[in-house]
Amino acid sequence: MRHSTTFPKLLAALAERHGDRRIALQEKRFGIWQPITWAAYNRRVRRFAQGLAALGFKRGDALAILGDNRPEWLIAELAAQALGGMSVGLYPDGVLDEIHHVLDHAQVRTVVAEDQEQVDKLITLRESGRLATVEHIIYYDPRGLQQYERVILLEFDDVERMGEELELTRPGWIDAEVAQGEAEDTAILCTTSGTTGKPKLAMLSYANLLSMGQSLMSVDPIEPDDEYVSFLPLAWIGEQMLSVACGLQAGFTLSFAEDAATVRADVREIGPRVMFSPPRIWETLLSSVQVRLHDSGWLKRKVFGVAFTIGERAADRRLRGRRLGLPLWIAHRLAEAAALRPVRNQLGLSRLRRAYTGGAPVGPDSFRFFHAIGVNLKQIYGQTEICGIAVTHRDDDIRFNTVGVGIPGTDVAIAESGEILLRSPAVFKGYFRDEAATEAALRDGWLHTGDAGYINEDGHLLVVDRVKDVLEAADGTVFSPTFIENKLKFSPYVEEAVVFGGGDRPHVAAMVAIDMETVGTWAERKKLSYTTYTDLAQKNEVYELVDEAVKQANEDLPDSVRVRRFVLLHKQLDADDEELTRTRKVRRGTINTRYVEIIRALFGQEDTVALKSLVTYQDGSQVEREISLRIQSTNGSTAPSRQLAGGRH
Amino acid sequence: MPRGYRHDLNGSILARGATQLVAQHVGLAFGGVLALNDVGLTIRQGDIHAIIGPNGAGKTSLLNCISGLYRPQHGSITFHDGDTARELTRLRPSRIARCGIARSFQNIELFRHMTVLENLTLGRHVHMRHNVFTALLYWGPAQRQEIVHRELVEEVVDFLELQAVRKHEVGRLAYGFQKRVELGRALCLQPSILLLDEPTAGMNAEEKEDMARFILDVNELAGVTVVLIEHDMGVVMDISNRVTVLDFGEVIADGEPAEVAGDPRVIEAYLGEAHAA
Repeated sequence: MRHSTTFPKLLAALAERHGDRRIALQEKRFGIWQPITWAAYNRRVRRFAQGLAALGFKRGDALAILGDNRPEWLIAELAAQALGGMSVGLYPDGVLDEIHHVLDHAQVRTVVAEDQEQVDKLITLRESGRLATVEHIIYYDPRGLQQYERVILLEFDDVERMGEELELTRPGWIDAEVAQGEAEDTAILCTTSGTTGKPKLAMLSYANLLSMGQSLMSVDPIEPDDEYVSFLPLAWIGEQMLSVACGLQAGFTLSFAEDAATVRADVREIGPRVMFSPPRIWETLLSSVQVRLHDSGWLKRKVFGVAFTIGERAADRRLRGRRLGLPLWIAHRLAEAAALRPVRNQLGLSRLRRAYTGGAPVGPDSFRFFHAIGVNLKQIYGQTEICGIAVTHRDDDIRFNTVGVGIPGTDVAIAESGEILLRSPAVFKGYFRDEAATEAALRDGWLHTGDAGYINEDGHLLVVDRVKDVLEAADGTVFSPTFIENKLKFSPYVEEAVVFGGGDRPHVAAMVAIDMETVGTWAERKKLSYTTYTDLAQKNEVYELVDEAVKQANEDLPDSVRVRRFVLLHKQLDADDEELTRTRKVRRGTINTRYVEIIRALFGQEDTVALKSLVTYQDGSQVEREISLRIQSTNGSTAPSRQLAGGRH
Repeated sequence: MPRGYRHDLNGSILARGATQLVAQHVGLAFGGVLALNDVGLTIRQGDIHAIIGPNGAGKTSLLNCISGLYRPQHGSITFHDGDTARELTRLRPSRIARCGIARSFQNIELFRHMTVLENLTLGRHVHMRHNVFTALLYWGPAQRQEIVHRELVEEVVDFLELQAVRKHEVGRLAYGFQKRVELGRALCLQPSILLLDEPTAGMNAEEKEDMARFILDVNELAGVTVVLIEHDMGVVMDISNRVTVLDFGEVIADGEPAEVAGDPRVIEAYLGEAHAA
């Protein structure tokens, strides 16, 4: 095995090579990109590490990090690793129970938290006696924390300063610590998304992460000059994969956005060459184009419509490895100049060479859209347990319904049961303190993914759904609810959809949560007045709007799995209510129990369902209200309509 | 680069709790209408001091007297800073602003066609020291100053979370944002006292909460004294630590929020005589 190195060793080598000549991290603050060079990055990691050591952090300990993407996040992670420890990232929007579960399970003694908001969560947990193991909380944004009692609170800068002093008294100590690190050590504990039950902690070693990065970059090289913006939670394996595992091997610059609200503008300013985002981000980009197009004049709509059709045709040929031919080539050039390039530019994607989507399937229609406007979007398939990626599309060999072929060093097999099995050097060491789960997932070196799928005649892998979610319709057709949900979600008006059916249920039905922003804009345009989300969702006109979307989604589905009845939910699905995971996957278990009346009604005869909903007002008082939701029956599909980007051929 | 701010937004060198502004026997009349009659008021450094009262009670008139827009016919308004005490009633508004008294207005008074940054930078105007010639040349002293001013403005942008709109035209922003920009512009003066005239007027619940949060931050984190006129009693009771009540141009109560809220004269002024008993 080539990988005998660790992240801190790679960082030291990069600092040696580039010194202050190249930028490792940059964060926008006060309107300016504030650079940290490789030498400075390495220096800060070493100082923070020694500060941590002075606080009692030992080899094998876990350091929890709770915050948005900032340079300090990575400095803290690398510092823990320099001492032979591991980092465990927490989602910054996580609620108390989730944070408690991870801190408790990983037996964390030191937490790095970003700011007052995060520190407050930890203090609340501590005051209720649920944070017994935590001894130190280190924060890096001091705003509002000056008046806090300093019992277990420390400022990041002060820890670095402590480390700096130690460095003078025992020179060379940290070098020895870094040198002790081995490739097989656990680098990070990564939370799995946990669509069922509590998240588990996957132990990923340096060897796992580095081999994954190397395999990925052998397919899709990333140059040291390539730009990358890190804006998705670093607790997510996908962000760790590119920011850390690839970043430290290729040595490119990581940029951090100024604020959650400025991500779009900052991405546009940097013009990244490579991006990896879950489908939600791509769907949001797609909706924003659709909405803005709706609001623009007829001429712009027309021009885009024509250019888009040309883009689609060109993409179809290119993806099948065929040449465009002169007429199409010329038309495509014109379409690029008139509409496609400006749209990419608006989205901040104009310099993008490769874009990845992963974490959940993205609908074929969304996929087609991005290729038509000239974004080289590729599907990634993997799991936290295999460092996030095992299978991806190759350039010029992209199918909208597959996830591609295994990256070098990865074996893909299908078990008798139809479950996808994976084997590669990136397969994790096991779950932290959970032997039983490890044994279930890892058998004879094969990772049992829990996903159902098959390999087609071209050797591409197709993922159907989670094995336990795959359903069988009344006539025996096997189908995936997620697939239908994604078709529904292609409509900009549908934010989330949950599809039910199979077993002894006579037909397929869907529960839809509308997108407040796009439906709201639509309603304003239609001069339709509404008050709340619930009110808007129950409008007849909105039902008709979604009915259109349902019919479109039904179009190329086999008859027995077409959505026959749907309901518009009175609220958005929310991760805080445990209806979604933090990576926004639907938790079917919670939904099945919480919305049992609605589901029953979807398969009943009635046209309405009454339910009680508990509303908590801002002052804490609660009121139980009776609401009634309409259930709409829909008949099959529409005739093919050629709306923008929704057009099918 | 440390995450703290380099510039102190509080212009006052007084200790917290020291007397900062004293108004005595202030009288203001417009022809036969007596807007203020023998008004007295003491503002201490570090307070959030609310001035409340029914419509037409003279709240804005009092604020205008302090910021120099009106000149009262009677009385004095003394402003303390360090060991010096200045009489404000005879100063021009621009001089008063230079003393460190900044204000925002009831109706938004921003330059609608300028960006957020440009509007905030205007708040720095009183601190700009270069003359026409150095400004024309730009390089050298003027440039160095511009950089320092921009640094401070960016810290205010960060403080009030205006990053996403810093280059947007003010006229096109949502109302809540415009009010926040106005607060920001006053803050850019590095004021000793911040006068806010109905900072949450016309806002929805969420915008109000945000604004209240920012006012608290300005006061608690930056240490700036805040004097505000406010109609929303919820906001007043939650954030202020001193309340003065005006009615028909006279002070009818002055004290901590809880005391004032229980004062029968205040209840009478607000709800009419019938409820006072």
